[in-house]
Amino acid sequence: MKDRYEFHVDRVRYLDEHGAPLDTLPELSNETDRLLAAYANMVLTRTFDSKVIALQRTGQCGTYPSVLGHEVIGTVIGQCMAKDDVLVPYYRDQAAQIQRGVTLTELLLYWGGDERGSAWAHCPEDLPIAVPIATQCCHAVGVASAIRIREQHRAVVCCLGDGASSKGDFLESVNLAGAWHLPVVFVVSNNQWAISTPRALQSGSETIAQKAISGGLPGHLVDGNDYFALTEVLDQALERARAGKGGTVIEAETYRLGDHTTADDATRYRSAEELKRAWDREGVKRMQNYLHRAGLWDAEKEQKLQGECKEFVDIAVKAFLASEPEPPTAMMDYLFETLPAALQGQREHLAEKYRQGGAS
Amino acid sequence: MSDVTLVEAVNMALAWEMASDENVVVLGEDVATNGGVFRATVGLKDRFGYKRVMDTPLAENLIAGTAVGMAVQGLKPVAEFQFMGFIYAGMDQIICHAARMRNRTRGRLHCPVVYRAPFGGGIHAPEHHSESTEALFAHIPGLRVVIPSSPQRAYGLLLAAIRDPDPVVFLEPKRIYRAVTQTVEDNGEALPLDTCFTLREGDDVTLISWGASIMETLEAASSLAEQGVSAEVIDVATISPLDRETLLCSVAKTGRAVIIHEACRNGGFGAEIAASLAEAAFLDLQAPIVRVTGYDTVMPYYRNEQAYLPKVADIIHAVEQVIAL
Repeated sequence: MKDRYEFHVDRVRYLDEHGAPLDTLPELSNETDRLLAAYANMVLTRTFDSKVIALQRTGQCGTYPSVLGHEVIGTVIGQCMAKDDVLVPYYRDQAAQIQRGVTLTELLLYWGGDERGSAWAHCPEDLPIAVPIATQCCHAVGVASAIRIREQHRAVVCCLGDGASSKGDFLESVNLAGAWHLPVVFVVSNNQWAISTPRALQSGSETIAQKAISGGLPGHLVDGNDYFALTEVLDQALERARAGKGGTVIEAETYRLGDHTTADDATRYRSAEELKRAWDREGVKRMQNYLHRAGLWDAEKEQKLQGECKEFVDIAVKAFLASEPEPPTAMMDYLFETLPAALQGQREHLAEKYRQGGAS
Repeated sequence: MSDVTLVEAVNMALAWEMASDENVVVLGEDVATNGGVFRATVGLKDRFGYKRVMDTPLAENLIAGTAVGMAVQGLKPVAEFQFMGFIYAGMDQIICHAARMRNRTRGRLHCPVVYRAPFGGGIHAPEHHSESTEALFAHIPGLRVVIPSSPQRAYGLLLAAIRDPDPVVFLEPKRIYRAVTQTVEDNGEALPLDTCFTLREGDDVTLISWGASIMETLEAASSLAEQGVSAEVIDVATISPLDRETLLCSVAKTGRAVIIHEACRNGGFGAEIAASLAEAAFLDLQAPIVRVTGYDTVMPYYRNEQAYLPKVADIIHAVEQVIAL
């Protein structure tokens, strides 16, 4: 008897940590506009992220999970998805959501404690962030079932972290995706840490990608800081899903460069050396280095992009800070399509208690 | 028109609504070829196909959450849990997502899902197959909790539940799945949700119940009539949101209330009804509100389940208590 079972899962990567190609790049490396748009989205996401943390530190926004280190994964998801695909995100998918059409002001409203932050105007079918870990996996297979029942050629992208891969929701959903041949792609962002629990304590399996095998799905392990590798693998998985050939699990390896959220302090449980090594491998700088090498980027362009991103973020922050909270009665208004008679008295009580913002 | 049992009425309602609305789908363990362990979904797969009548893997959390994903796409899933004792694995999805989706997206997405589960004791079932934990769901904002107590109400209320644009937990009292038959016209006519049904009018005391206990409650009312006590019997039917108006009007008339349910007393839904009546009808009451319920213990295995269940004599005794005051 073996004391541990291993499955071979290829690790896909095209760029080394300095952004130099390790091999012939896929054809998409010729799509200059796509590459530049991807890099711009990564920079915008990072600019937004540092601004929200500053807002939280100054009491202008609530607890917020930094996306630092996840910009490449989210950007690739946003780029590869078709408009009518459905994104089922978790809380570190800002880079994908921005491309799906969620506005920065909506993201700020959500983390700023306002339900309107999930009333997205531009991607009406995407699911809101699921806070209870991994629960979104079941929604993703439900959406994929609806797509399959209606014989549509659309796909679902379900995002989760390495911690979420331990939950039954994920494993049950992978199992169903295999049994029902559902058009769903699970993208597991393995950032090595679930708050303070390291990847090695999360699971004894060598990779998360191999968990796909238990449900009869293909599993791929990809360098999540490598734009080309992840794009190639996700594009193929989405094509497969849209063609009715079934689901895929992609483990995208990265590193959570920030704290779990603004309420966390990662120095309590991980070393500065480990963090420094991760910064050497991070994806945004790597993409920038690649663009430099390819002759597509220079310092002037970088400065211009940084300025534009800052300006764009500032406009959204202004709109968020200028917004008024909903009236207290809103807490009753979306519970049911029509407020049941049994609850009307409570709504009237609320309206009376906070009439013209009166009560204190 | 035909005489049918409660479980047959459930089947009729499902078939009617599947035929008239292609968005209605059924999912659960053994619901397709086998037609469900109680046969509530029998024949649906043959009629509507495996695409709309789906056997799921054996994972209740998955069933509850998959239904959420289907519902936000505009399907109207009717998800079956084989027994209420197994619904708990799905409560994360029901409470955190189905009940909240409309609210947390400010109406952008909503969950027109029905979660069906047989509940209650009295059928000599194994452990975990006999509990009545409806109060757990009644506590959750955003959920409707509907409990039929006759074939006609099973048909009409299930149609209403499927058509409702918000999530409904539909609990079927399996003790009376086949206990009685009733004429049910298969005409697609729904009954109103959020509404109590007055099954028998009376002047001296209001008997308030739901689910299988309605049988004992009606029997008690008949016996009491022979003793000259006129009991009004109200089937709450939708325990949440609660139709307090009907209950208050009745108590204003009778001045006395006895609440009967199979679930344990502590934190049972009878407590919410008693509190509501005490708050709003105190001056109408001529006697304390009395509850006739199961005991505050683990549901006994079936050799002793009858000793746990509220009996007709218990109800009569409670009424005699409040009438004497």
